[in-house]
Amino acid sequence: MFEIDAAGLKYRELNEMIRGAIARGEKEIRVKGVNGQYYIGSGLRDKTDITLEGVPGNDLAAFMDGPTIHVKGNGQDNICNTMNSGKVVIDGNAGDVLGYGMRGGKLHIRGSVGYRVGIHMKGVKKQSPTIVVGGTAGDFFGEYMAGGVIILLGLDTKDGEPLAGDYLGTGMHGGVIYVRGTVDKALCGAEVGIAELDEEDKATLKEHLTEYCKDMGISLDSVMKKGFKKLYPESIRPYGNLYAY
Amino acid sequence: MFRSLALPEYLATIDPVKCIRCKRCIQNCGWGVYSWGGDKVLINTSKCVNCLRCYHYCPEEAIEIRPNHTRYKPNACWGYNAIRNIKRQAETGGIPLTGMGSDLPYPILFDNLLIDACQVTNPSIDPLREPMELRTYLGKKPSKLEFVRGADGKPVLKTKMPPQIKLSLPLLFSPMSYGSISLNAQKVLAQAAHECGTVMNTGEGGLHEDLLPYRSNIIVQVASGRFGVNPDYLNAGVAVEIKIGQGAKPGIGGHLPGEKIPLDVARARMIPVGTDAISPAPQHDIYSIEDLRQLIYAIKETTGYKPVSVKIAAVHNVAAIASGIVRAGADIVYLDGFRGGTGAAPSIIRDHLGIPIEHAIAAVDDRLRQEGIRNEASIIAAGGIRSSADAAKAIALGADAVAIATAALITMGCTTCGKCYTGCCSWGITTQKPELTARLDPEIFAERLINLVHAWEHELKEILGALGINAIESLRGNRERLRGVGLDTQTLDILGVKPAGR
Repeated sequence: MFEIDAAGLKYRELNEMIRGAIARGEKEIRVKGVNGQYYIGSGLRDKTDITLEGVPGNDLAAFMDGPTIHVKGNGQDNICNTMNSGKVVIDGNAGDVLGYGMRGGKLHIRGSVGYRVGIHMKGVKKQSPTIVVGGTAGDFFGEYMAGGVIILLGLDTKDGEPLAGDYLGTGMHGGVIYVRGTVDKALCGAEVGIAELDEEDKATLKEHLTEYCKDMGISLDSVMKKGFKKLYPESIRPYGNLYAY
Repeated sequence: MFRSLALPEYLATIDPVKCIRCKRCIQNCGWGVYSWGGDKVLINTSKCVNCLRCYHYCPEEAIEIRPNHTRYKPNACWGYNAIRNIKRQAETGGIPLTGMGSDLPYPILFDNLLIDACQVTNPSIDPLREPMELRTYLGKKPSKLEFVRGADGKPVLKTKMPPQIKLSLPLLFSPMSYGSISLNAQKVLAQAAHECGTVMNTGEGGLHEDLLPYRSNIIVQVASGRFGVNPDYLNAGVAVEIKIGQGAKPGIGGHLPGEKIPLDVARARMIPVGTDAISPAPQHDIYSIEDLRQLIYAIKETTGYKPVSVKIAAVHNVAAIASGIVRAGADIVYLDGFRGGTGAAPSIIRDHLGIPIEHAIAAVDDRLRQEGIRNEASIIAAGGIRSSADAAKAIALGADAVAIATAALITMGCTTCGKCYTGCCSWGITTQKPELTARLDPEIFAERLINLVHAWEHELKEILGALGINAIESLRGNRERLRGVGLDTQTLDILGVKPAGR
């Protein structure tokens, strides 16, 4: 375990220290006193476990490719921006524009998230991203989704309280969103279909939630007790009729 | 459905006497104009786009493509295109798409600018006998240089130079993605860039592994769809470009039509086969200059501080926007003018939004100078550069380098027919159909593009020689060496040039 005290460090200094530690072969890094430094883990490769104590700044794990980052606190904006692989676990809440253009890896958040989360996630069979949100999400959740899996749990919400904001899944043309409880069709984009889960969905959901619940130390059974709905793209070409040729 | 009431644009004709029934026209046409009728070639002229592939490949010169002279009643207000577009929209309810830059007769100010030359009082230079420097470095330049004395008493540069992209001449190839153009077309650009000492730009479609040997001649692009972007990609080229906008479609995103998304392209972009590849209108992590700064430095942190270019469409407030981009930390500002090309854009957007590149260069160069930050970033100008003269004028107005795309495609056979969005390009350029892309042999066509670049290089040297200067650096922002003809006072003022005769 390699320890860094981030108090008073600029992001460039801190990130150089983290990159240096990884270059020396450190497999576990703990950073104390994180206080808003940008770009932690951005572009990082290799398998390394990084624990952050405090609140990391924007663009945490942007373009990241491999490491696991555990944030013991809240996160800010742009987490997992265009991330390729690896994992980020946030114990608290997080801000806007999480997982933008994400193309692999996992983002697990215990609390709620802001606007524009999971926009334009993409994936293929070999590599596909996952976002699991424990609380609620703001507007434009999963917009333009082209691949991957998003799971919205709404734990600790009251019955009837909407889990997501407006424009849920607008422009979706790939991937799948699972929402715990019910979904109001009026919140969803026109391109979104709502369905019950089939056996394949249930297996996918269980696999992802097993890992999520382990990360968060919560009971899988209690999460699974409530039913889920599946949001899927009604067409892989939602704007095919928009143009005249 | 009844037959379309939108008139065919062209009449494809075959001289039945000359035709030897070899069927090459049927093979060559990507649009299916020709078919075999048992004893003769049948023609569906409404599909013809005037790309002239059949004309060039007819061994008997039996084919002629004529403009359709059948027109709607002449009307100075309701022109042919206005009526035809309405008929197409009435039939489809869709937004008419188009390719290439705008073909409407907006003024082209390059054609109203003339370059100076030396006579008697200062000698011109003969580039055939004297060295002529076209080398160009793109990137931040320090505002002052500091030197220390070395061990041998000679001065040694102490200032740490920011990273630069070294070009043999002030010309590079504009971004065109794998998907919008074929891989073979990208290979032509990469090979020519390598041979000519310049760079090509991946556009937003990832970097195919076949291009990796040319990585020192490649700029990789990050745009709103984030297609193909990972740490390997960001580190693959000499610089990274953030695409905010494009001259042909300022302020709107891109939908690469599903016709151009076969399995290979879908894999490269990680999206379903046959979907439209959607690049959202804004990058949803950039809603402000501060957000832009955040992405610029996220990329710098990921690439070990390679130069970052920011590409914007030239719009009304371009000078203030460019100033913000420079202050956000960009090393290069790429300005794409109104006449810039595209693989697919709504024609209503292409033909009516933005401002021409000439005004944009002058306005941005002025603004950055006034604010004392012109050295903080290089300016690349693009959007309708048709010749080395356009390039020289753009540089004299204040650009560091120009970028070309349409001109490069023309060397590959493009006739600017403007149907890139259909994915049927008979020349194998803007298509992903294997039988069409196979027509574009990268080796052969790279040679033609290299020829073009070398020809422009010679012409630029001749222009510099005539101006009596021996380095492109002396022409940069040197508007004193330009004169305007037929321009009003206000336009001259914006361009910062005097009228001819003054």
